[in-house]
Amino acid sequence: MSKRREIETLEIEKIVEKLCLKSNIILRADVLRALKKVCKNETKNPVAKKMLQLLVDNAKIAEKEKIAICQDTGLVTVFIEMGDKVIIRGGNIVDAVNKGVKEAYQKGYFRKSIVIDPIYRVNTGTNTPCIVHLDVVKGNKCKIIVMPKGFGSENKGRISMMNPTSSIETIEQFCVETVKIAGPDACPPYVIGIGLGGTMDFAALLSKRALLRPINLYNSSKHIAKMEKSLEKKINDLKIGIMGLGGISTVLGVNIETASTHIAGLPVAVSISCHALRSASAEI
Amino acid sequence: MVSDKIFKRIETPLFNKEICKLKAGDEVLLSGVIYTLRDQAHFRMVELINKGKTLPICLRNQIIYYAGPTPAKKHVIGSCGPTTSSRMDSFTPALLKAGLKGMIGKGTRSSEVVRMIKRYSAVYFIAPGGAGAYLSFKVRKCSIAAFKDLGPEAIYELEVKDFPLIVGVDARGKNIYERMTKFK
Repeated sequence: MSKRREIETLEIEKIVEKLCLKSNIILRADVLRALKKVCKNETKNPVAKKMLQLLVDNAKIAEKEKIAICQDTGLVTVFIEMGDKVIIRGGNIVDAVNKGVKEAYQKGYFRKSIVIDPIYRVNTGTNTPCIVHLDVVKGNKCKIIVMPKGFGSENKGRISMMNPTSSIETIEQFCVETVKIAGPDACPPYVIGIGLGGTMDFAALLSKRALLRPINLYNSSKHIAKMEKSLEKKINDLKIGIMGLGGISTVLGVNIETASTHIAGLPVAVSISCHALRSASAEI
Repeated sequence: MVSDKIFKRIETPLFNKEICKLKAGDEVLLSGVIYTLRDQAHFRMVELINKGKTLPICLRNQIIYYAGPTPAKKHVIGSCGPTTSSRMDSFTPALLKAGLKGMIGKGTRSSEVVRMIKRYSAVYFIAPGGAGAYLSFKVRKCSIAAFKDLGPEAIYELEVKDFPLIVGVDARGKNIYERMTKFK
């Protein structure tokens, strides 16, 4: 049994700040590797190859100059997995997370893209509030994952409440169709996160969580990994390619996460990420 | 780094003589002054046009860039890649009518916009999305031209040098995304 442990909100604030800075400036290693690989393998479409190389160069420049990889530094989603033996001291954990985001977006010269009201649309000037998902897990540690996501790709997400008797073929068809509709608008090569099961809202959350898994790792369940591979092929066969120029670079990876669901349903949520898939994590 | 041997070089302001030479799929290096203009600024501009009021920037023979940059750090501007063009589609015909000649963004345009581009002999360029850090170093000067209250959505006047673009829709209405319209 792990011992009880106290964590100060100030520590959480500092870590969120650090993770926001890191994720917006340094492209995830698995994503950069995948970009380099697809750039190397793109041999038949010289313009697409040139543009893929430009993305690799862009990642280098952002890291060297310590500036944002993409100007859309996104709406920040923060996932917190808090051990049941953790006691938070010094204030409210959600306030601390928001303070960390605000600091990072000021210090990092990131774009403040959040408006306070979906109708009145006045910019808050701080890139907050962010979205916080808090889970309680066993133990006395606290894992924090930060994912800033731009809205060019976020706008292209879709959800379908399918029948429980739907075939794998039908599920895959919906996922492929979602990418077809996005076309070249959301900055391919994409990474696709898919949530299967749960409720409507939980499937959407799973599709986000799916984007956190390294794109070179398949789901540990064989039947789901099979779907990931099948979808990767089907989506690349759309031949949208970087900037819509065709070629082999429509998707870098497809990640699926699943959850238990109801006898009457099969929620399917698809989150599309652009090639600048950003996230960073730390454990306290 | 990316080689620039086969690019066509163009400058702003943009006139019909140069526009006619551009074909969908051409790689272009753009130099001169362009204006950022995205969602809310489009909304305001078209509102002003509809009310018959004077616009804060003159659109005649100009190019607008669908972008909202990050703040400047050491360089004149932060990351400044393109945003999704299709969100501006409903506003575009009014701006073309006001004399606009070029647009820079990412992704597809509506068939109505493609028709209007042809009618007004204009051109739509696509820029590499998600390469904002790279593109920032193609910007030489940056200042706010209008709607300062909109923050990142204000109209910025940018002076660019060799800004890398691809012609998406040319003045003949030829569209590099034609093969994709079957998706929609």
